[in-house]
Amino acid sequence: MALATAGTTTMNNVEAVRHTLYEALKADPKTLIMGEDVGARGNVFLITKGFLEEFGPERIIDTPLAEASIVGVAVGMAMEGLRPIAEIQFADFIYPAFNQIVGEAAKTRYRSNGDYTCPLVIRTPYGGGVRGALSHSVSIEALFYHVPGLKIVAPSFPADIKGLLNAAIDDPDPVMFLEHKKTYRLVKGEVPNGHYTIPIGKADVKVAGDALTVVSYGLYVHQAIEAAKQLAADGVSVEVIDLRSIRPMDKTTILESVRKTRKLLIIQEDNKFGGIGAEISAMVAEEAFFDLDAPIRRLAGPDVPAMGYAQTLEEEFMIPTSRMAATMREMVAF
Amino acid sequence: MATTITMPQLGESVTEGTVAQWLKKPGDAIEKYEPFVEISTDKVTAEVPSPVSGVLKEIIVKEGDTVPTGTAIAVIDEVGAAKPLDSPAGLGASNEPALNVPSTPAFGEQPTRPPHATPAPARPQSAPQPARPFVARPGSRNGGALNPPEVLRRVSPAVRRLARENNIDLTTVRGSGEQGRITANDVLAAAAQGPAAAMAAGIMAAPETRQPSAPIQPTGPVSPSAPLPPAATAPGRSTYDRPIPGTLVPLSQARKIIAQRMVESKHTAPHAWTMVEVDVTDLWNLRQREKDRFQREKGVALTLFPFFIHAVVQSLKAYPLMNARFIDEGIQVLKEINVGIAVAAGSNLMVPVIRHADNYSVAGLAVEAGKLIEKARSGKVGADDLTGGTFTVNNTGANGSVLSAPILNGGQAGIVTMEAVVKRPVVVDGDKIAIRSMLNVCLSLDHRVVDGAIASAFLVDLKKRLQAVPTAQF
Repeated sequence: MALATAGTTTMNNVEAVRHTLYEALKADPKTLIMGEDVGARGNVFLITKGFLEEFGPERIIDTPLAEASIVGVAVGMAMEGLRPIAEIQFADFIYPAFNQIVGEAAKTRYRSNGDYTCPLVIRTPYGGGVRGALSHSVSIEALFYHVPGLKIVAPSFPADIKGLLNAAIDDPDPVMFLEHKKTYRLVKGEVPNGHYTIPIGKADVKVAGDALTVVSYGLYVHQAIEAAKQLAADGVSVEVIDLRSIRPMDKTTILESVRKTRKLLIIQEDNKFGGIGAEISAMVAEEAFFDLDAPIRRLAGPDVPAMGYAQTLEEEFMIPTSRMAATMREMVAF
Repeated sequence: MATTITMPQLGESVTEGTVAQWLKKPGDAIEKYEPFVEISTDKVTAEVPSPVSGVLKEIIVKEGDTVPTGTAIAVIDEVGAAKPLDSPAGLGASNEPALNVPSTPAFGEQPTRPPHATPAPARPQSAPQPARPFVARPGSRNGGALNPPEVLRRVSPAVRRLARENNIDLTTVRGSGEQGRITANDVLAAAAQGPAAAMAAGIMAAPETRQPSAPIQPTGPVSPSAPLPPAATAPGRSTYDRPIPGTLVPLSQARKIIAQRMVESKHTAPHAWTMVEVDVTDLWNLRQREKDRFQREKGVALTLFPFFIHAVVQSLKAYPLMNARFIDEGIQVLKEINVGIAVAAGSNLMVPVIRHADNYSVAGLAVEAGKLIEKARSGKVGADDLTGGTFTVNNTGANGSVLSAPILNGGQAGIVTMEAVVKRPVVVDGDKIAIRSMLNVCLSLDHRVVDGAIASAFLVDLKKRLQAVPTAQF
């Protein structure tokens, strides 16, 4: 992490994204933003409001509702040396671009034997708990997680967002940048001034503890920290790790923690089957079997086709902090 | 109606039995003929079927205890009599407060414990020790073994590894986890409380003496001075006396008995040892000629072994002092010649006995030995097959050995080994050299019973018999 200017500024997550994008556009004329409603509308969360006026229509490009084209054009730009930041308005709409992301972006370096790289950032808001229903709530990370050649980050603290978005823009290969939309205005924090990066693939221990390791990312990191505080009030110290980068996975940080606490709980919003938690479980079982003092557990969304709109259905899908705390207590007492 | 179960007699000459394992605990329902206890005698462990259907009411003899046959070992309440009395709820016979045996609730059930024994995420009230407090469950839940088998069966990889690294005997560690589970921290606490004591308990202590030396303070947190990480070496302790990691092979009942018998024999009988070389070329040739016919007619492979047993029996007849035992009153020369044959059965050693071996021809011995070896290897050998031996032969040559110093079977004066037959150049007919099939025969003897002179005479007699050209009829 390189800090250019001393001091910090308080921002929420959406401000951190906006601030970082703005600085990037200012710093490098090769950067550009393209997506649905990023220009005249200034993005549905007002992240790019005013950018069109300042940077012009060649760098702030309003696209048709055609995700395959957004990513496909961006792949071409990236291969030819620009630094496109493509936006998928909601992660739920990313499926038409699947071929461009998986079939093209992820394989460019390999297919061209290193002659071409694809320095592309795909930003997209994901996640539920906002009454977004069927098409504004989905978690997509597991769909892309399986694909070698893609980097996936999902920071959920303003300072991490800035450092990782800068790293993603600098990265010579495609990076998917996932922003949990419920944290956009919910989470505030201090953000260091000036340009800095946080290495992709490095998790962060948000709370240190020794009775249990909790690994999470996105919105649930904040709830997990809250639950850990509740346990701390009872004298039980739980370690909370924010993955920040989903792929590459920070094995070292996870294993160090599990070897210390000997118990692992993974909390993910995405549904359980074949999710991020499954990979972490398998990795820990392979590498730290003889350090485990309890079965690995996962708290995850139910295996249902989508999050319902009805309040009750959404509540059923999302894991409340109380349930996280209860599970932590069970595992500590085990 | 209550039925008292007594120690059964497993074999004609058996006078006592050991309760190896209770397969049921008080309160458990038992079907008629259902095995409910394992009894071991000598090297046989047998499951004993229940003579009645009912509920196990009381265990009188605990595991590991040996009592004479006919002694009451348990009481079973027969069906119909037990229920209305013990259990107003009807089915809940198993819920009666069994004081000595903890009832382990099924997974997921809320354990029913007295409130004062609730394990609850133990929170030290004012102890300065911060995280991972080791607080033992107040109030011992059972009077006997510290941990019920359920707890020891559910040991996590970390606990297993830490116990091994710190040489902690898990049966001595009190679990503070859910349902009494032993946690990794429990093991570390035990290790911190006394590595030396733990080591002694783990390695040296016999099961009976474990309890007192257990390195556990049943109440109170870890003393603040005890270093938690096991790696920390206490001052004055050598860095190199840390236990070497290894795996522990638990003792089976049979292995325990073997160990005990070997030590007893070696400590009681002063062993002496002697050996002869036997030229078995003629015997070998005979066997080569006859083996196919023999296999066809008798259904058993013909080896040198029955010839050997047969010759041993004849030599025992010639030297009756070799078929004797040393007892306090004197040397008891035995009238029966019952030859035990050592058989490796899985990880155990068994010595089934050919009774009245002097009544058999070579062919008869081949068949008898074949039967006993088969029984031993398939685990079907009974107590009667294993008792009453007066002398032992051991076919060590089957494993390729050419020399061995066997340990006497307790209460016998001698044991001979038949080593591997190997071709060797030997001097024959004055000063000619010939290639002959040679067999070493080793004898260990109880020097209290016989001296070298008789032992050697016996061996030389045996050698002559093996070297004599056997008759066509055997």
